[in-house]
Amino acid sequence: MEQETQNSDPVVSNRTMEIVVAGLFALVALVVMADSVRVGNGWGSDGPKAGYFPFYVGLIMLVSSLATLVVNIRRHSGERTAFVEKHQLALVLQVLVPSAVFVALTAFLGIYLSAVLFIAFFMHWVGKYPLKTILPVAILVPAGLFVMFEIWFLVPLPKGPVETMFGF
Amino acid sequence: MEALGSLIQGFGVLADPMNIAYMFIGITLGVLIGVLPGLGGANGVAILLPLTFSMSPTSAIIMLSCIYWGALFGGAITSVLFNIPGEPWSVATTFDGHPMAQKGHAGEALTAAFTSSFFGAFVAVLLITFLAPVIAGFALRFGPAEFFAVQLLTFCSFVGMGSESPFKVLCAMMLGFALAAVGLDSVTGELRMTFGSVELLRGFDFLIAVIGLFGIGEILLTMEEGLAFKGKAAKINAKVVWETWKSLPRYWVTAIRGSIVGCWMGITPGGATPASFMSYGLAKRFSRNRQNFGNGEMEGVVAPETAAHAAGTSALLPMLTLGIPGSPTAAVLLGGLLIWGLQPGPLLFIEQKEFVWGLIASMYLGNIAGLIVVLTTVPVFASILRIPFSIIAPVIVVICAVGAYTVHNAFLDIVMMLVFGVVGYVFKKLSYPLAPLVLALVLGDMAESSFRQAMLVSQGDLAIFWSNPLVGSIVTLALVMLFWPVISALLRKRQSRQDGGTQVIPVK
Repeated sequence: MEQETQNSDPVVSNRTMEIVVAGLFALVALVVMADSVRVGNGWGSDGPKAGYFPFYVGLIMLVSSLATLVVNIRRHSGERTAFVEKHQLALVLQVLVPSAVFVALTAFLGIYLSAVLFIAFFMHWVGKYPLKTILPVAILVPAGLFVMFEIWFLVPLPKGPVETMFGF
Repeated sequence: MEALGSLIQGFGVLADPMNIAYMFIGITLGVLIGVLPGLGGANGVAILLPLTFSMSPTSAIIMLSCIYWGALFGGAITSVLFNIPGEPWSVATTFDGHPMAQKGHAGEALTAAFTSSFFGAFVAVLLITFLAPVIAGFALRFGPAEFFAVQLLTFCSFVGMGSESPFKVLCAMMLGFALAAVGLDSVTGELRMTFGSVELLRGFDFLIAVIGLFGIGEILLTMEEGLAFKGKAAKINAKVVWETWKSLPRYWVTAIRGSIVGCWMGITPGGATPASFMSYGLAKRFSRNRQNFGNGEMEGVVAPETAAHAAGTSALLPMLTLGIPGSPTAAVLLGGLLIWGLQPGPLLFIEQKEFVWGLIASMYLGNIAGLIVVLTTVPVFASILRIPFSIIAPVIVVICAVGAYTVHNAFLDIVMMLVFGVVGYVFKKLSYPLAPLVLALVLGDMAESSFRQAMLVSQGDLAIFWSNPLVGSIVTLALVMLFWPVISALLRKRQSRQDGGTQVIPVK
């Protein structure tokens, strides 16, 4: 990657991320085990209880996440490789944040209108395209999806007030 | 030959022109999916699965499996022309495919790649045709203990054969099992891990997980790398194809070796990606033009492509006969079968003869159709790749969201998909493998119920897994696989001691 150095400061090191993820795994494992004990992880009157199998799933997850955790804590902190660098994180967030907004908008505007806004915004913001390139893509893709799902395959997708206005 | 008779019946199913049409639609969609970043075989099939609910199961699986063949073919196009593997299994194809394109031999490289893909797939389909009925017949005698043993072997192979840390493989796998357990327990009717939430009652659908992990996760990764597509032009005409075909028989040893490696890795869930690397490595070691590898040697294109396609195809063998998919995409197809009310496994070959043999026959025709489609349409797909990522990315996110929503018509699934996308991105970067997670999520309920049934039979005695030679040897093999990282480390240690007493600390 040829980027300016001041731009590629590591945000999180690989080691930190490894430890965090292994810790989260251990946490999930504990939740799984606790819930399995709640519903019963032993032998009932009619065979194994509901928590019998998940309990061991949780146990194996706990042991292996702790192993990863220990390996990474003991690893020499000198060899620091970056999990993600600043400019990389910025690029990832450039997709992730608009996508999250798009998903949230879907609940209110329906998927078609949100898709128009999302594609238009992304092309304008990231791609810096002129309006005459943006409009055809942002309108034709959702329109194509509309024809394919609502009319051709008769699979309903989330629709908002605008579609209702047109009688769908 | 009973299999041949059934196969001819299968071709009868295909005589329906609609099925042929679905086949070509599937192949074209598949190549498109294979070419676009962020849309791969597994999540492509997952997104399109809900669209097929209204078709007959036979037509639906023909179309879906053709999408898969198309995706396998499509991965080679991006590797050769753009040096960007469209699919993980075509990484090895870039090593020699792209140098060939740089020298102006893109047409030759593509023809070699497509033809050897076709060859690999053909060998695998032959294997399925003749081996599947035998395995299915054999598996009819399986009880719950045997089924659990085979599932155990599948999961343990991930630990033994994966290149990732065994603890990470186990973590990812167990996460899959845990997610599969969420919701209503079908045996006792008890609610597990729902924490009073109504939305969690349904549990986690693996289709959502696949779309998020592979689709959104891949988009995030591609974005991070800041890809700019700079491709070579592809000129394929009949003369280039013919000239390449004339030179290909020279590499018959490589092609056969690649197919064998691929078939083996596909049936045991090693997957297409390691198969392609292994085949490339073997070809490099045994080839006479060894020093030319990496600089545009055609043999270096033939080797990984035959293996990848053979592995991708043969992954359907355990899926059909035992209900155990050999790859994430096969897992998605298996999920489709379950949704259509078909229980994969040995009984499928008796109860749904027309379906099974229709599918197998479609593999023959689908691969021929695929070869024709890719050879004729390469320039079109190459031009699609020139569309900048800032246009493609939002469109793919929208398509993924649509796919996630249509699985259950639930808004929450779209949110879940986004979460899985972030998880997929983090896992990929920390090399937690995604395939065992997906497979565990699909097979979780099945594995659990066969384990419970076996435990019921034996009243909780684990000795049932060694109660007869068959189940005993499968379970023992599974345990060897599970502890393979330890065993191989010990073996290496002993070897180095014998080699003169010097301690060599294993790298991993």
